[in-house]
Amino acid sequence: MSPHLSVAHELRGVVRSLTVAVVSSLLASICFPLQPLRGVETSYSRTIANVQPKMVKIYGAGGIRGLEAYQSGLLISANGHVLTVWSYVLDTEDVSVVLNDGRKFQGQLVGADPRLGIAILKVDLNEVPHFERRPPDELEPGDRILAFSNLYGVATGNEPTSVLHGTIAARTQLSARRGAFNTTYKGPVYILDAMTNNPGAAGGALTDRRGNLVGLLGKELRNTETETWLNYAIPVALLADTIDDLIAGRTPAQTVDINRKKPVQPLNTELLGIVLVPDVLDKTPAFVDSVRKQSAAAAVNLRPDDLILFANERMAATCKQLAEELSFIDRIDPVTLTIQRGQDLLDITLQLP
Amino acid sequence: MTHHHGWADLRPMHLRIDRASAAMLWACFVTAGFGLAGEAAEVPAAVRNAEQTRIRIIAKAKQTAICIFARGGHGGGSGVVISPDGYALTNYHVVKPAGNYMKCGMDDGQLYDAILVGLDPTGDVALIKLLGRDDFPHATLADSNQVRSGDWCFAVGNPFLLATDFQPTVTYGIVSGVHRYQPPAGTLLEYTDCIQTDAAINPGNSGGPLFSAAGELIGVNGRGSFEKRGRVNVGVGYAISSNQIKHFLGYLRSGRIVDHATLGATVATSEEGRVVVANILESSDAYRRGLRYGDEIVSFAGREIETVNAFKNVLGIYPRGWNVSLKYRREDQDFDVMVRLSGVHSKRELLRKVQGPAARPPRKEPQPDQPDAPKPKPDAPKPQPLPAPQVPEKSKVPTEVAKLVRPREGYANYYFNLQNRNRVWSSAKKHGDFSSRTGQWLLSGVLSNGGEFQIAIEDQRVLAQFPQGPAVVEATLDLDQQADPEGSGGLLTALYLWRRLLTAGPGKFGEMFYLGTAPATSQPGIFEVLVGTYNVIQETRFLFDAQTGHLRGMEMSLNNSTDRCEIVFAEYKDHDGLLIPHKLRIHHGTQLFATIEVNRAEIKAATKEKP
Repeated sequence: MSPHLSVAHELRGVVRSLTVAVVSSLLASICFPLQPLRGVETSYSRTIANVQPKMVKIYGAGGIRGLEAYQSGLLISANGHVLTVWSYVLDTEDVSVVLNDGRKFQGQLVGADPRLGIAILKVDLNEVPHFERRPPDELEPGDRILAFSNLYGVATGNEPTSVLHGTIAARTQLSARRGAFNTTYKGPVYILDAMTNNPGAAGGALTDRRGNLVGLLGKELRNTETETWLNYAIPVALLADTIDDLIAGRTPAQTVDINRKKPVQPLNTELLGIVLVPDVLDKTPAFVDSVRKQSAAAAVNLRPDDLILFANERMAATCKQLAEELSFIDRIDPVTLTIQRGQDLLDITLQLP
Repeated sequence: MTHHHGWADLRPMHLRIDRASAAMLWACFVTAGFGLAGEAAEVPAAVRNAEQTRIRIIAKAKQTAICIFARGGHGGGSGVVISPDGYALTNYHVVKPAGNYMKCGMDDGQLYDAILVGLDPTGDVALIKLLGRDDFPHATLADSNQVRSGDWCFAVGNPFLLATDFQPTVTYGIVSGVHRYQPPAGTLLEYTDCIQTDAAINPGNSGGPLFSAAGELIGVNGRGSFEKRGRVNVGVGYAISSNQIKHFLGYLRSGRIVDHATLGATVATSEEGRVVVANILESSDAYRRGLRYGDEIVSFAGREIETVNAFKNVLGIYPRGWNVSLKYRREDQDFDVMVRLSGVHSKRELLRKVQGPAARPPRKEPQPDQPDAPKPKPDAPKPQPLPAPQVPEKSKVPTEVAKLVRPREGYANYYFNLQNRNRVWSSAKKHGDFSSRTGQWLLSGVLSNGGEFQIAIEDQRVLAQFPQGPAVVEATLDLDQQADPEGSGGLLTALYLWRRLLTAGPGKFGEMFYLGTAPATSQPGIFEVLVGTYNVIQETRFLFDAQTGHLRGMEMSLNNSTDRCEIVFAEYKDHDGLLIPHKLRIHHGTQLFATIEVNRAEIKAATKEKP
């Protein structure tokens, strides 16, 4: 896209904001050339001030070398639903969500979609400022953006998140770079010309220049060949339906069948031949430690370091969750596990002989 | 779901722009500047005008930037000139390897000699002076409290020491955050209340200016967050605010190594989320003003305090000895007091840090047991000052420049302290030369709250009569124990030192240095301050009117644990060719001790025989 076109985009937006074109154009022609452009008029500050109350800082697991114990998030409903990225930071019962005004809440995990790499947390709030889940427009290369996040954990308490500016550089499929980037999400992304995806920025908001939410800043991705870092966001339009479902509790993972009964002879990991890592945390991720030879797991080539996420489409991402879900499945029935292996998500079906 | 942005539908309307949308125009120019030669007519006049304005502002602003090259190839950085006679700001960590002499290139392609003037190692600021002109292009320090997140700004400097022709590099961005707190390593290079920007700040940009879109100086760039991304810009740079620099500037001009301030108390967040006193020194001014363990800090220097960071942000922008307001709360009752901040370091400590390896860009973690040390954020990376790129250069200090450099322990460049001390004193002497008046000084008159007084000041003693009785100070004994008359904090001792300054001058008073310009507790305004040590009285401040040179007041502490005796000198009257104050207002702590009216003054010359 030529730079010229991006100017045209800006002007198009400008023009849209006019309600009475004639009056405004008269006003514009009178006062505009006479008014020097000063800092006050040219600042993004008002837009930013409107966005900041919708941003949150998230603190959870991590803190060991190279793994920050914090990330960013944004309010996506008036009832305190927070959209963020699904990551190790949430692997604890003690996830705290700090609002823009400094208030601190415990965040409850409502649901997650590992394929999209997103999670929804809920904090106990009503009538909070929040983003709309569906952007008025998708953005095009050359459109201006703002990126809000708590990169480097710069902000604490009631300090507002950091804001960077830039433009959309491209819209592309993240899978186009498959192999170079270690990511499970392979869908469309906005590539940005700003340094948006710093440590702690994941879960931050990408907005258009008016502060409308257009994307979710993704996790840090480094090109393994060139050692360069990717600055990108997942278009929120692609997430909107899933977010709706997660908030409404409509995803299969969240659906609770109150009539569901435990079979007399349920499955368990031992029967399947799966040895998980020791369950030492309150939310130990269900990593495969080893696989017993000639077991059902070995038959489908489950491997050490595979991370189990779902069992029959229900969330089973921790050792405890997996044990619980398996306890509802009869030994004679097959079970489909969704696993993460490296950058791939795979479905494998296990059946006891 | 994509609404395609048509191009053709834009054309008929593109000239209709309302003022509110001007906000975006600056934004457009970044891309609008390219490839438009053949299509200029498509861009509205307002946009082109605004672009021209921006170009003009940057062209003017970058004339004030300097590229600093240290002697002997010890790296370099950037800076900005702030006065026509060549005073310029940069980072402490830029001049540290350079020493007291450096070369500075400017946009005009000229290379200027420059010398070190003052240092603020804690705040990472240095003042230098370029030589050879009295009409340097210079920047104006803005009010950085007006800066908001989202404002456009630009950095000027010499990233990677690119500019071999000294023409600086300009990088453009927005303010990403304001009032940021970035913890120090140990107690040096702490960035408080700083400005965060996404304008590219790279090694070599250190010390260079951050300008507002209007071209006003809002900060001095000095560090960035990097961590695993390598030591190049990742969109997170920090600038020391212009308001912090304004507080220190009057001190930096004194040629001293300037210290930062502490309240003498540490604070912590209570379980209810309030900021409360966690520890307090009984020798602190705040303690004497009533602050105690557990009290809630409500506001500090006029700013509301809701977090520990907010408290540190306020504290970090003031130099040692500054007077600020404090509101604290105890059991739902608010107390408003003025406190004088004490130094973070002892003189020796600061000196050791400046000379020692700790002054290099820090790499170690903050020490949690340090008073006021920040609680490390969970795994938060510690932003670091930018390393100085290396440049090969060898030069000797020219003789005429060497005259302007005077090393002395405790000073960045004693030359400037002496210059200013002499300037202040010769200005004061225009109002009367007391050097021959070494005889008895006799003052008598009335107190505003009734009664008469008489004070006789001599070389050996001060004798006085007040309505409450006689008072005496023996100058041959330790002065710090002599607080007569009672409740004054040592008025007679103060007057003894007053006479001593006027007769002996700063050169023979004892030890005396020029503090800089500073506010006082006893009266409003900013004063030129000389600080003297005599006998065992560690610190007596003499406050001179910055315009007229008149001695307007003095503040003396007998010792560290008592409140000062503060005297305001007013109603100067000509007396035999000497201007003598005829009204003295004396404060001790928060209490007014007395206002005295002098009806009769005898300022005698020395006599051979003792009276």
